[in-house]
This record gives sequence, structure tokens and C-alpha cells, in this order.
Amino acid sequence: MASKLKNAQLDAQKALEAVEEQFQTLQILNEQGEVVNESAMPDLTDEQLQELMRRMVYTRILDQRSISLNRQGRLGFYAPTAGQEASQLASQFALETEDFILPGYRDVPQIVWHGLPLSQAFLWSRGHFEGMNIPEGVNVLHPQIIIGAQYVQTAGVALGMKKRGTKAVAITYTGDGGTSQGDFYEGINFAGAYKAPAIFVIQNNQFAISTPREKQTAAKTLAQKAVAAGIPGIVVDGMDPLAVYKATRDARERAVNGEGPTLIETLTYRYGPHTMAGDDPTRYRTADLDNEWEKKDPLVRFRKFLENKGLWSEEKETEVIEQAKEEIKEALKQADAAPKQKVTDLMSIMYEEMPATLKEQYEIYKEKESK
Amino acid sequence: MAQMTMIQAITDALRTELRNDPNVLVFGEDVGVNGGVFRATEGLHQEFGEDRVFDTPLAESGIGGLAVGLSLQGFRPVPEIQFFGFVFEVMDSIAGQLARQRYRSGGRYSAPVTIRSPFGGGVHTPDMHADSLEGLMAQTPGVKVVIPSTPYDAKGLLISAIRDNDPVIFLEHMKLYRSFRQEVPEEEYTIPLGKAEVKREGTDVSIITYGAMVHESLKAAEELEKEGFSAEVIDLRTVSPLDIETIVTSVEKTGRAIVVQEAQKQAGVAAQVVAEINDRAILSLEAPVLRVAAPDTVFPFPQAESVWLPNFKDVIETAKKVLTF
Repeated sequence: MASKLKNAQLDAQKALEAVEEQFQTLQILNEQGEVVNESAMPDLTDEQLQELMRRMVYTRILDQRSISLNRQGRLGFYAPTAGQEASQLASQFALETEDFILPGYRDVPQIVWHGLPLSQAFLWSRGHFEGMNIPEGVNVLHPQIIIGAQYVQTAGVALGMKKRGTKAVAITYTGDGGTSQGDFYEGINFAGAYKAPAIFVIQNNQFAISTPREKQTAAKTLAQKAVAAGIPGIVVDGMDPLAVYKATRDARERAVNGEGPTLIETLTYRYGPHTMAGDDPTRYRTADLDNEWEKKDPLVRFRKFLENKGLWSEEKETEVIEQAKEEIKEALKQADAAPKQKVTDLMSIMYEEMPATLKEQYEIYKEKESK
Repeated sequence: MAQMTMIQAITDALRTELRNDPNVLVFGEDVGVNGGVFRATEGLHQEFGEDRVFDTPLAESGIGGLAVGLSLQGFRPVPEIQFFGFVFEVMDSIAGQLARQRYRSGGRYSAPVTIRSPFGGGVHTPDMHADSLEGLMAQTPGVKVVIPSTPYDAKGLLISAIRDNDPVIFLEHMKLYRSFRQEVPEEEYTIPLGKAEVKREGTDVSIITYGAMVHESLKAAEELEKEGFSAEVIDLRTVSPLDIETIVTSVEKTGRAIVVQEAQKQAGVAAQVVAEINDRAILSLEAPVLRVAAPDTVFPFPQAESVWLPNFKDVIETAKKVLTF
């Protein structure tokens, strides 16, 4: 009996190691922009490759402008995105219009590229309720603030799609820290149990604010958490847009074919602070680590790849940068033109119809705000 | 007309709305084949199938998230939380998500979700099953909180709750599930949310209450009658938003009021009713407004619950205090 028990314990350890060994990182483009995995190359036209690059360059500029606008007091809440362009934009690029995005707080670029006007993203950053009044036909939800809540909601959206018979997927994002939440497990488990068409993305940018990835869990990879839910999981090089695209596109394919959800871990890095509200990454990250990750930069490697194919040039890049700056300026103008948000706006939209007591309070604030 | 228990009236309301609206979905732990631990969903899985009435994995936050997501796809989810003491596991979905959906999206998305859940003392449940937590819910802007006291009300209120375009917490007192039958029409009818009912007219004191305490209060009113006091009993039916008009009209007539709740006294619905009366009808009052409530503890283990729970004697005692003030 005793020896059997000992064997069982040894086997359990082996079983874990066997599982963990399966989770190797998918890479297609290496840091030099060379294709290292030809058989995994996604089926993208030259125009699509250029468009993906255009969006990555555009979003890098948007990030720089947003940081500076925040410092000038012209934007409010902002979570920097530089470093995560491949992870964010290549996964969104793999979607169709009818797919529904449930973003985390850093995932504004995905919902903008999915159709949310940039001016509304700016309004949201400024704390205006019209910011996330999503236009009809744009299938996104507001960025989630409660870490993990979007995971359980995604199971619901995906189950709804399955019930409606729509050939679409629900996709959501969280970070490495988010995988420690109960809602993370409940979300992937529910979606698995219902075989719902969902894609769960973990953008493992190595730090949950300041807490390093290794303090979140004993698990060797975050993607292997999929095993417990009985769903496929994959680790991808999150600085490689082609690997991220491929993994997401495959997951989408499986989902719309009725094969259920997928968990994708993208290994990435945020160059900037957690948010612009006073976080100082030098307190918890070394310059060496920053440098190491900056060498993996998604724009650098994708640019090299495209230049080698004759699909990208300095002129093209300058053109995109100018266009981005122009459109950001225009979007800001539109955001500036929005009427100031009032407390009465909030009151009138808490319920379909205001209860009597709230109506009384509404009259008081209407008077206050008319002065 | 059929004689129904409250649990039968609830099943009837669910069946009615499942038939009326293909977007209505009923789900939760054991609500499918098993028909729910109290049989509230008895027969519904058989009638409407796995697509409309289904079991969930055992996780309340997951159930709440599922409701949020399904509502975003245009469904009208009616999830069950098996016992309301488990609500702490799903508080974010309720107070952090559903309640804010309309505002957060500038009106684009609403959350027409009705969360049903049993609660209430007197049936010797284990810990975390019986607590009266409606005060927590009533403090949450964006949700409505409904507590029926009779089979007839349960059906009409539940149909209204399901049709409402805002999230509704629908709390079902376990002791009332099968304690009595009442005539309940088989056809559909609604009772508006946010409207109280005068259960018994009186002229000397207003007894304002809800849930199982409606029955203790009616019993107390009968006893008071024998002693020559005429008590009016008001069943709030919806504890958020409150029907201020019915409360104030009654208090202006009687000049005296007590508020009766099963929940612990601190910061609850009764305190809110007292405050509203003070705000709006203080000049009509002949005596301070007093409360009957449980002590400020968590719900006790079963051996102590009969003393912990307020009853008609407590109602009589407190009513007499204001009547003889």
C-alpha cells in the first residue's frame, strides 16, 4: 500500500511534467524578422500584411500621443499599450466584424480597430458616459475594470451566440495577474462545459502592476490552465504578430465549427507603466529586463519581414505616422465638442424609468446644474 | 381557478414567460432535469428543453457572468442562485456589472435579468442559507428588489420582473414556499413592481412590512383588533424602489407607524422606511416610528432561530408602544 501511494505521488509529478512539456511557445517570426516556422505561416495577402503593420505603427503613435495628452491633462485614465501591439492587434485582426470583444482596461486599441470611434475612446478616458455608448453594429463591450469579470461574461456572450446559431466568436483579454482570479477559472470552465465559441486571451506581460508573473502561480505556463477546463490552450510569442494571428485564427475556426473555446497565452511586455496614474516601473523592473524585451519588439521584426518582401518602406511608415497624428487630432476635437456630462445624465440612465425618489433628486440636481 | 402554493405559482410564472418570450432562459445549479432543489423549475426542462432550461456548473459568479453575457446577446436570463446566502459569490455580477450596464454603455445595453433566490428563516437550514440580505441589494442603485408574500403576488410580480428591462433580484421566502395555498389564476397577469399593497385597512397604526413578516403582522393586527386597536398592514412587495406614496398616505391617516422586517436591525429596509416617513410625514406623527427586527447578528444556527426571528408577539408589543405613546 505504502509503495503504491509513493508511486502514485511520483506519477502525479510526472503527469504534471508531461503536461507542461507540451506547452512550447509558437513562434513564426523571430526577432530578426525571419520566418522560423514556415508550416505555421498564416494565409495572409500582401495587403493584409501591410494593413496589420499599418495598424501597429498607428497604435504605437496613438500610445505616444495618449501618454503626452494625459500628461497635459487632456486625457484621463490611460493604460499604455506599447510593446503589446502584436498581442493586441494581430489577435483582433484575426476576427470578423460579427465577433464580439470583451476587453480589459488596457485593450482599447482592439475595440477601436473593431469599430469604436477614437473620439469615443478619448471620451471614455476622460470619464464621460457617452464614451462607451457603442454604435450599433460595433460588437464590443466597454473595457472591464474588475479583473477577470470579462471572462465569465465571455462565456455568456459565447453561449448566446451558440444559442442564436451565429457563426461568430466572443473574445476576451486579461493579463497574467487575471489568471489568478476565480472568474478566470469559472469563465473558461463554463465555456468548456457548454462548448461555447469563445477565445480567451491572456496577455502575459510579465507583471500585474508590480507583481511578477512567477508570484502569481506555480504553473509553468498560464496556457496549461486550459487543461483543467478540458479546453485547448496554446502559448505564443506575443511579440510575433504572425504567431498571434495564427493562434487566434485557428481558435476562431475551431469555435465557429462548434469545437468550443481556446485559451491563448501571449508572451509580451508593456514598455510603459501600468497606468498613467503614478505607477513607476523602475521600482519593480530592471533596465536590463526592459532592454531584453525591447529587442523582441513586434514592430521592428514585422518591419524587417515586410521590408525583405518589398512590402514596407520608410515613406510608407511616415505616411502612416502623419495620418495617425491627423486623425488623433480630429478625434480629440470631436471629443472636446461633447457636452459636459451631468449628474442628471447619470440619474436618468440608472434605470429605464426613474423611480419616484430618484426623480425628486433629479429635480434638485437639475436646478443645481442649471446654475 | 387553481389552488397553488407559492412554489407552484413561481413555476407557473416561469412557464408563462418561457412560453411568451423565446428570449427567456432559465438556468442555475440543478434547475434542469432535477427541477431545482425546491422544485421551482419542476417540469420546465421537459417542456422547453435543454436550450431554454439548463443546469450550470457549480459557480455563482459564473452564473452571474453568464447572465451578463446572455443579456448582451439579447436574451432575458432568469438565473437561480440556489440559496441567497451564496450571493456573496456573485456580488460583482450584480452590483458591479448588471446594475451598471445601462449607465456604463450610455444606454446602449440594458440588463433585463431576473435573479431568483430562496432565503429566509424558520426552516432550519445550515449556515449561509437563510440570512435576509435584501438590505445589501436595496442599497445598490440600478437593481430592483422584489419580495412576494403570497402565491398570487409571487406569480404576478415574477412575470413583471422578467418583463422588466432592468435587473431584478427576486427573493423567495423559504418558509412561504409551501406554507399555504391560494387561488391563483391560470392565465397570465402582472403586478407592477414598486407598488405596495394595503393588506388590511386600519385607522390607529400602520404596520409596514414585507415577506414572511406580512403574515406575522396580519396575525398581530387581528390580536390588536381584539384589544380595540385598528391596525393597517402594508405589504411593500418591492423593497427597492419603495412605494413611498402608499406608505405616506397610510401614515398620514393613522398618525402612528411601525416597520417590521425579519432581517437584523442595522442599516436595513426598515431603517430606510423610517427615514422616509420622517422626511415626508413627520407632522402627521403622534409617536416615534419604531422597528421590529432581528438582533444585529448574522442569522443564527437553527437551534436559536425561533427566538431570533421576530414574530407576531414582537409586533404587538412594539405596536402597543407607539399606540400608547
